[in-house]
Amino acid sequence: MTSVEAAKKLKAKFGDLISEPLEFRGEASVTLTDAEKIAEVCLYAKNDLDFNYLVDISSLDNYGDDPRWTLIYHLRGLNNGCEVRIRTDVSEEKSKVPSVLSIWTTANWHEREVYDMMGIHFKGHPDLRRILMWEGYPYFPLRKDFPLAGKESELPGIAFTRITPMEGGPFVTVAGGNSAQSREPRIRIPETDSLETMSRLERRKEIQEAHGHPKGPGPIEKK
Amino acid sequence: MQAQSEIGYNSKIEGDVVVTTVDAALNWFRKNSVWPMPMGLACCAIELMAVGASRFDISRFGSEVMRFSPRQADCMIVAGTVTYKMALSVKRIWDQMPEPKWCIAMGACASTGGMYRSYAVLQGVDRIIPVDIYISGCPPRPEAVLDALMKLQDKISKQPVIENLTITNLKKEAV
Repeated sequence: MTSVEAAKKLKAKFGDLISEPLEFRGEASVTLTDAEKIAEVCLYAKNDLDFNYLVDISSLDNYGDDPRWTLIYHLRGLNNGCEVRIRTDVSEEKSKVPSVLSIWTTANWHEREVYDMMGIHFKGHPDLRRILMWEGYPYFPLRKDFPLAGKESELPGIAFTRITPMEGGPFVTVAGGNSAQSREPRIRIPETDSLETMSRLERRKEIQEAHGHPKGPGPIEKK
Repeated sequence: MQAQSEIGYNSKIEGDVVVTTVDAALNWFRKNSVWPMPMGLACCAIELMAVGASRFDISRFGSEVMRFSPRQADCMIVAGTVTYKMALSVKRIWDQMPEPKWCIAMGACASTGGMYRSYAVLQGVDRIIPVDIYISGCPPRPEAVLDALMKLQDKISKQPVIENLTITNLKKEAV
């Protein structure tokens, strides 16, 4: 059995729910039109088609489109070498799909990660807690409307977050420079570069607030 | 014939009196037995292990006693990326270390957040604990860590000890 044949069997079993399989380098992808049926489809794939390994569950944020979320289940049969991906869309109002934890126990952490990063819930998951961020963190950081620099949050005694400066420092390229040299962050001279000076002054201010003294890294007085 | 040598204190050779200040003597003790607390959080910790191993040999500087209990450590070496999830644990361990204590921020991540400009990473451990020495590098070479240690020893040797003791402070308050 090849991956495409396995996907065709899925289609034969579920009919209009499953799209025609797309093949890419020997692997097959199908789209499931009703996310509510994901557990049934997965149960059939495991029991009858021998997909005994759930590689991953990934989630997409189609920000601005409806439905907003896409979930992709990566299924592999370790005995038959088949790989099938099942895509399914979930609307933002719903943000809920049935858990596949009872089919593959490994789904436990995959689903927790999707919940942590995207805020999609899984019906029937016994322990849907955050897995990377801490309990009580108020945002879902992989959503498209969440800035890379983060947002401020405070959970006394557990954790806090601050907005990250996205300019200055030796690791951030200067956008819009005319040459590779002018964009290169490592050749900027801290004492004369206004971007550097500003970011250092900013740091010193924060250190002053935290410790009561302005002793931060590097000199900025020299000209 | 076997050469005779006296083991132990020889008053003929070592009987001379060394004159110094209490501060200098105490600092000399302190700086030559800085016990590090390895706060290994990422790849910098691998380099930190190299510093402790035979090729670079941190024990040449009296710092080979890596303590995994903060209560027995003098110097916290923050080696790696401090995430916000870890930040308050680092702070808590720092608070558990007895005075006098020092901190070395090892590498770009511990010093400034490094290349991790993101929602999850604290942008420099100096935002939660006071740092004495910053080491650049990603990760720094072991020699750089030893250099930082030597700089820290210089710093320790210049710190006033007696003035900062609680007992002298109490006396001052009484006066």
